[in-house]
Amino acid sequence: MSDVLPTIPPDASDSLAVLEKSRSTAETFGIPLAVLLEITHRCPLQCPYCSNPVELDRSGKELTTDEWKKVLSELAEIGVLQVHFSGGEPTARKDLVELVKHASDVGLYTNLITSAVLLTRERLGELADAGLCHVQISFQGIEEGLADRVAGYKGGHRKKLEVAKWTRELDLPLTVNAVMHRQNLHQLPDIIQMSIDLDADRLEVANVQYYGWALKNRAALMPTVAQLDECTAIVEEARERLKGRLTIDYVVPDYYALRPKKCMGGWGRQFFNISPAGKVLPCHAAESITGLDFLSVRSNHSIAWIWQNSDAFNRYRGTGWMKEPCKSCEFREIDFGGCRCQAFALTGDAANTDPACALSPLHETIFKQAEAEAEGETNRFLYRNFAGGTLESGNDA
Amino acid sequence: MAGPRNISVSEASRPLLPRHAKLKYDETRKVWVILAPERVLAPDEIAVEVLQLCDGKRSVGDVSDQLAAKYAAPREAILADVIVMLQDLADKGFLTEAREKTP
Repeated sequence: MSDVLPTIPPDASDSLAVLEKSRSTAETFGIPLAVLLEITHRCPLQCPYCSNPVELDRSGKELTTDEWKKVLSELAEIGVLQVHFSGGEPTARKDLVELVKHASDVGLYTNLITSAVLLTRERLGELADAGLCHVQISFQGIEEGLADRVAGYKGGHRKKLEVAKWTRELDLPLTVNAVMHRQNLHQLPDIIQMSIDLDADRLEVANVQYYGWALKNRAALMPTVAQLDECTAIVEEARERLKGRLTIDYVVPDYYALRPKKCMGGWGRQFFNISPAGKVLPCHAAESITGLDFLSVRSNHSIAWIWQNSDAFNRYRGTGWMKEPCKSCEFREIDFGGCRCQAFALTGDAANTDPACALSPLHETIFKQAEAEAEGETNRFLYRNFAGGTLESGNDA
Repeated sequence: MAGPRNISVSEASRPLLPRHAKLKYDETRKVWVILAPERVLAPDEIAVEVLQLCDGKRSVGDVSDQLAAKYAAPREAILADVIVMLQDLADKGFLTEAREKTP
């Protein structure tokens, strides 16, 4: 190696390190690099694994255009670099172009996380002109029979393919987001090929995470261990084959793992999102935990104050809140006891060890139950909607 | 449209950051960053200097010439380092190439 450029190390990947966001528990918590903005819960799709809370925010509670603009300016000022416009379906907001324009004006990197079914070519063009940096489109499968059934929306799959094509024609970078579960995992190889054919740069293979709506639908969605092993092998092979051509991000369901995931990088450490009504949340499922008071951007506190000082963010930050077996566990600062929402949903106490962890006393029971569900015959969905869910008709098998 | 985009960085390549990757100085943290979907990379100062020269017009050879002149250093060593760094970025999906319109 040359001695004139000593800062390029022998392993050149070090010169492009992914910015490390985690800090030691003793430190104060820096503002996250990226923030998820769930600008509405309205959505024409009814996916049974929707990550929105079961209690959806009605449109009347949504922040106004001016309130979102103020939020965007404030985020840029405190050092946030990226915002993801998400939902619900973000394009259901009539002011989306205006919000993207404002985000660009204040220097934020903007990503649109969309189902795509409401977009016209003209509106996508306006978003591009407003400075949109990246588009992420969700797909429910590879062909319309299954995909439209999962989404509970006829004609959705065909429209998504069309919008993906427009996205690339407008020279916008594209990520394909594929949420995977027992009923569509067999289509994974074709989904990878579809991503190539659509000229996507990136594919997210995201196995369903079982909170909220997905937990209600667990028996219809949970994959078998064999399916998952095959899925992992397919992803690994494709990553190697498509290096430099397609980046594949892979999220496994934690039920079958021995170690829980470091959910959100740890509660209140690297991530927050803002709900349609303006609540600042440690994760998009956090409102499912009862007894926590989440402050809103409409309160008289700044976003930075809420992040650093509010009780809800501090409640499960670090390791001080832990009980056994987390408290004395050597991995407590590696995974922070897993996911608080999952601990609450499955044990009734968010301070318990996430049952995804093999050290949780409930791990065996829950794993066995999930395994039994995966081998079961229930394929019928409970569709997500404002009415508290609608059971799929004509698929009783 | 969906032709292969695997980039093999050579002296003649004329690379640039794709639209989804933005090089920016982060005023809050006082560091340079590359913003990309779901990722923030922290390039070191040499990588920043190289990337600022990668405009899709200059070739990797031109970039190396400039750096060699600036640091009064052996061009071949610099060229080798620059290619390794850019190839790494390309393999991660954060580099594209200006296409020949007319030769």
